Amino acid sequence: MLLAPLLLLLGSPPASAVDTLCLPGPDKACIAGTLRTDEGVLPDVTLTITDESGATQEVTTSETGKWNIQVDKEGPYVVKLDEKTLPDGLVVDTGEVTVQAKFGATLPALLTVRTEDYNASTSKWDEFLQSSVNGLRLGLLLALASVGLSLIYGTTGLSNFAHAEQVTLGGMLGYWLIGKHGMGIWIGGLLVVLLSALTGYAQDRGLWQPLRRRGLGLTQMMIVTIGLSLAMQYTYQLLVGARTVRVEQENPSVTEIGPVTITNQSLVAMAISIVVLAVVGFALLRTRIGRATRAVSDNPALASASGIDTDKVIRLVWTVAMGLAGLSGLLYALVTNGIKWDSGMQILLLLFAAVTLGGLGTAFGALIGALIIGLVVELSPVFGMPGDFKYATALLILILLLLVRPQGLLGKPQRVG
Amino acid sequence: MDTIQSILNAMMREALSPGTAAVAIAVIGLNIHFGFTGLLNIGQSAFMLLGAYGMGIAVWHGLPFVVGILLGFGAAFVFALILGVPTLKLRGDYLAIVTISAAEIIRYVGRSSLLTDFTGSAQGIPGSQYRDPFTNLSFFGGGSFTLLPFNYLDVADGAAWVRIIGWLLALASIAALVYLLRSGDRFSGVARNGLVVLLVFWSLFLLLFLFPVANQRTGVNGWWVRFIAWTLVLLCCFITYLLVRSPWGRLLRGIREDEDAIRSLGKNVFAIKMQALIIGGLFGALGGMVYVLPASVQPDSMGRSLTFFCYTALLLGGAATIFGPVLGSVLFFAGRIFIQTASQAYVPNSILTDQKTAQFSYIVVGIALMLLVIFRPQGILGNKRELRFDV
Repeated sequence: MLLAPLLLLLGSPPASAVDTLCLPGPDKACIAGTLRTDEGVLPDVTLTITDESGATQEVTTSETGKWNIQVDKEGPYVVKLDEKTLPDGLVVDTGEVTVQAKFGATLPALLTVRTEDYNASTSKWDEFLQSSVNGLRLGLLLALASVGLSLIYGTTGLSNFAHAEQVTLGGMLGYWLIGKHGMGIWIGGLLVVLLSALTGYAQDRGLWQPLRRRGLGLTQMMIVTIGLSLAMQYTYQLLVGARTVRVEQENPSVTEIGPVTITNQSLVAMAISIVVLAVVGFALLRTRIGRATRAVSDNPALASASGIDTDKVIRLVWTVAMGLAGLSGLLYALVTNGIKWDSGMQILLLLFAAVTLGGLGTAFGALIGALIIGLVVELSPVFGMPGDFKYATALLILILLLLVRPQGLLGKPQRVG
Repeated sequence: MDTIQSILNAMMREALSPGTAAVAIAVIGLNIHFGFTGLLNIGQSAFMLLGAYGMGIAVWHGLPFVVGILLGFGAAFVFALILGVPTLKLRGDYLAIVTISAAEIIRYVGRSSLLTDFTGSAQGIPGSQYRDPFTNLSFFGGGSFTLLPFNYLDVADGAAWVRIIGWLLALASIAALVYLLRSGDRFSGVARNGLVVLLVFWSLFLLLFLFPVANQRTGVNGWWVRFIAWTLVLLCCFITYLLVRSPWGRLLRGIREDEDAIRSLGKNVFAIKMQALIIGGLFGALGGMVYVLPASVQPDSMGRSLTFFCYTALLLGGAATIFGPVLGSVLFFAGRIFIQTASQAYVPNSILTDQKTAQFSYIVVGIALMLLVIFRPQGILGNKRELRFDV
């Protein structure tokens, strides 16, 4: 936070008013903000700051529109915009704001200014459509990963906390193959999915199957996945660092369909997700191995007694699930412009919410759950939820649902305990 | 020799730090959840965060210190109720998913800029805003103090042989202590307890003799907060001891082993689980308050990773034991510092740069957690039969 103005200070040429740094201390507080319109920042605007006793101070915005001031008393301060110093053709929405200064903290003061012809309120309906499309996109990406998570849960009973790191792995592999080593996006993408699937195969062979043979309890296995997730996260941080990396360097081109703006990449990603999900669904319903998977998911002991090789089915489920997670991560990195070491961890909770919402262990439930969670996350700001809380809304819905329908939407009612 | 001494000194400093004590308290709470009752709570960090917020916000806004502490406990109490009601009647993994989700919600809310006046959003509440009432209680006076003013440098000028003999002695007495604690059934009575206490003091004396720790008497991170923190740890151990050997404690283990059997005895399993969740959560809140006293209330420093560290510490020390959480936390933090400083000192920079040793140590933590659960689920002090349960 504090470094940002400093970097600007280093980068920008000398100007009328340069960015200065305000450091709050034990008996100092800072009030700061950036003055901008919908078209750009506003330099050289004067603001007056009045304290309780009526003493005023003046501050002028810098070249980047930033301003800050240090005060040495706690309490309410009135920040007022001097409208005479504004360029012409601007309308002041909020010209005066009161801030409670506190020692040791930088307080933001939001003043809003817009150009005359700017229409701040795009129609609610357009906003709704745009958010729905974004929600659908997020939902489809979540669905790719959560179908696998749900299948693993169904066949082995394990809640895999490391699933999210497999999603990150897909993005990271994409960055490494496509972004760093310049591989073509289609071939590179295919390779990412194959490599991810391979990690699933290797994991089941090297880790999970031996643990099942040892008879390790599910609780203990769940903690093993937590350890794995921790180790994987920090491995990414060690190898790539804490920065966001991008799979593709160019900015994607954009298509406008009516009021909805969407990147072409997103459209392709959505199409791929739908096709892949349809193939998985078809395989589960119509093929022999798919039926075997559902049988194991239903009742492993019975499936095993009827001659199904459960170990083989579980191995396949791990392979496919990790391949899907890798694909999801790659697409996520493409549509959200990059991936970070903890990106997966951020969506893990959404994945769990989706899987639980749909009914633990049901593949189609996970699909529906993921779409609902995706829509809820993107639409909640439209319905007045503050942007900070959009993930929290999805999790809140999960907790509320457990109160009324703990088995999830498609789960079988089964009272335990 | 000097490198080894400095690594060991760093480990000792970390082991005695108030942060370690705070996590130990939270792990004691987690032990009641996971070790004794078999509740898979993956949101212990949220209990800590709520405790810290309760205290921090109250004192920041001018309420008395005691009110702050009560507010912290109150927040954790309500949180436990909210988590417990929808999930305690369901299978164990629902509690796991809901606790980790709820912990994230608490963190998001704490980070939200809407609540800057209360939580200080992502920047958090600086320690200077709520620490004073606590430091003012100190009767330790000013200046600084080295624990054990008499140390290895006073014997033959701290020659190598003094230190090596000392290290071996310290190792031997700790090993003897662990052996004694593990063999609970074979020896018992006053003699054993006396021996344990004696060995604890002897090991502590040896360690402090070999690795003297200097600190301010009061200060932000001085002996005062350490003294209170470790006293609280001992107190919490004692409370746990009383709780788990009561009839109520036997019910907890019964629920862990076979819930239906306890239900068939006519006990209200839901209520007992709820009580366990609340009590463990209150320990978590206390841990959170201690955690932030020498630092600041930062929502991001009390996230999922902290819960995972708590689990590693618990399983390392031994779940379902009284001293396991304390031993585990001390070993966990000291061990992590060991990995970090040792790889800084001995791994050439071309393989692992100094900035990356912290990440490397966390990778080792993750792998250690996996290996512990697979090969030694009872940890150092635990009993393997007690950890066969499945939720």
